[in-house]
Amino acid sequence: MKVIYILWLRQIKRYYRSKSRIVGSIAQPLLFLLAFGFGFSPIFQRAGGGDYIQFLVPGIIAMGILFTAVFSGIEIIWDKQFGFLKETLVAPVSRLKIMIGRTLGGGTVAVMQGLIILVVSLFLGFHLPGFHMIILSLVFMILIALLFAALGTVIASLLEDMQGFQLIMNFLLMPLFFLSGALFPLQGLPRVFTIIASIDPLFYGIDGLRSTLLDSLHLGIFHDFLILSAITTVLFAIGSYLFSKIQI
Amino acid sequence: MIEVENLTKRFGNFDAVNSISFSVKEGEIFAFLGPNGAGKTTTIKILTTLLKPTSGKIKINNYDPLKEQNKVRQSFGIVFQDPSLDDELTAYENMEFHGVLYNVPKEIRKERIEQLLRFVELWERKNNLVKNFSGGMKRRLEVARGLIHHPKILFLDEPTLGLDPQTRNHIWSYIKELSSKEKMTVFFTTHYMEEAERLAQRVAIIDKGQIVAEGTPLELKEQTKTNSLEDAFLSLTGKKMREEEASPLDKMRMRRRMFRH
Repeated sequence: MKVIYILWLRQIKRYYRSKSRIVGSIAQPLLFLLAFGFGFSPIFQRAGGGDYIQFLVPGIIAMGILFTAVFSGIEIIWDKQFGFLKETLVAPVSRLKIMIGRTLGGGTVAVMQGLIILVVSLFLGFHLPGFHMIILSLVFMILIALLFAALGTVIASLLEDMQGFQLIMNFLLMPLFFLSGALFPLQGLPRVFTIIASIDPLFYGIDGLRSTLLDSLHLGIFHDFLILSAITTVLFAIGSYLFSKIQI
Repeated sequence: MIEVENLTKRFGNFDAVNSISFSVKEGEIFAFLGPNGAGKTTTIKILTTLLKPTSGKIKINNYDPLKEQNKVRQSFGIVFQDPSLDDELTAYENMEFHGVLYNVPKEIRKERIEQLLRFVELWERKNNLVKNFSGGMKRRLEVARGLIHHPKILFLDEPTLGLDPQTRNHIWSYIKELSSKEKMTVFFTTHYMEEAERLAQRVAIIDKGQIVAEGTPLELKEQTKTNSLEDAFLSLTGKKMREEEASPLDKMRMRRRMFRH
């Protein structure tokens, strides 16, 4: 436990010490929120979609969590090259514990990032739901964070250096984000899109987050919860396997 | 303390280490010398469980690094060739992190961290972030860190690279004292031949993945009929300069260095 705690603590410390990273990773979602939020609001309303800011905020929160969480996993590559990973890998600690500590740390940081975006969005006119809904939405934030932190670990264990990362960014993360329903509703799109969306874990995350934050609970969120937990578990298992195979 | 038998590590069809055997006794200071790319770091990585050997038998403190990894890991401390500190943490936090990973009880941990940081003269800077440290300070911190859990074996991969003679002397006299007082075994690599000659009780010279000579510095000098270990080294390994192909990681470190300066 102590080992997991100290690894977790390291991630948290690194997070609050790099102010530029906090600002940088909030600026991008915020830019999306402002540009899309105000840009598409009138059209969205005219099309009968309702308040676009309300619709968009959960998607942007998920976006912030997605990127922060994946990056925290990717940090393993930094640690590989700056040598710190060696220090943890020669310690008499199981690799599984290292992986758990890191993932929890990265997940925590990502959730904090999501909460910051939530607070900022209040100033842009987002209305909060009731207290118990906020708690429920937190459950989904945590799930999204852990899922993508584990995905980041999987990617980082496979990549030798940061060069492959651009590729992952453009061909994995961006599509995951665009097809998740974060920016626009997926109803009425060609069937291809809905099929692809149904294998996108973020789709379930967004659905859960949106229905809790917008106080429009439906039965589907149990479904969302189960699928997210299942994928997180699987990614975690793959991640710990790959992580245990790292040789430097 | 360290026993290696017919150790081989193959990358593709290149033998980085080719069937080497040697042993190091408890409390001994052992220098592992060789030109660039000879297989020194690969050997250390295998001995410290970071890499798996292709074939061969190894015993570290009587444990098998393949089967009893954690027991092996608890037995040694290591100072790597490249920096391995977390720049975003303070000196104290780096020490604390290590102490927790090696399961050193809290009270002892506090005591040893203070003692070691005072020794490497970083106690005053304990709350400073490591990224603000000079190369020499980082090195000193790494040596201190490697000793927190009182390892039975200390691996040092070019520990004094880039240090001034004062710091080098200071660190070595402490390590020598520990080695004789606590019977700590020291396994180190260096490019400073006079350092190896002065400190090592025994020396092995590796070249192109194979051990070409082994013995006390005196024996090696007699064997090659030379006056210094440096000349003995050159006569055993030739004068041709070596090239090492950079791994992707090395290339990336290089870019980072350029980026930072």
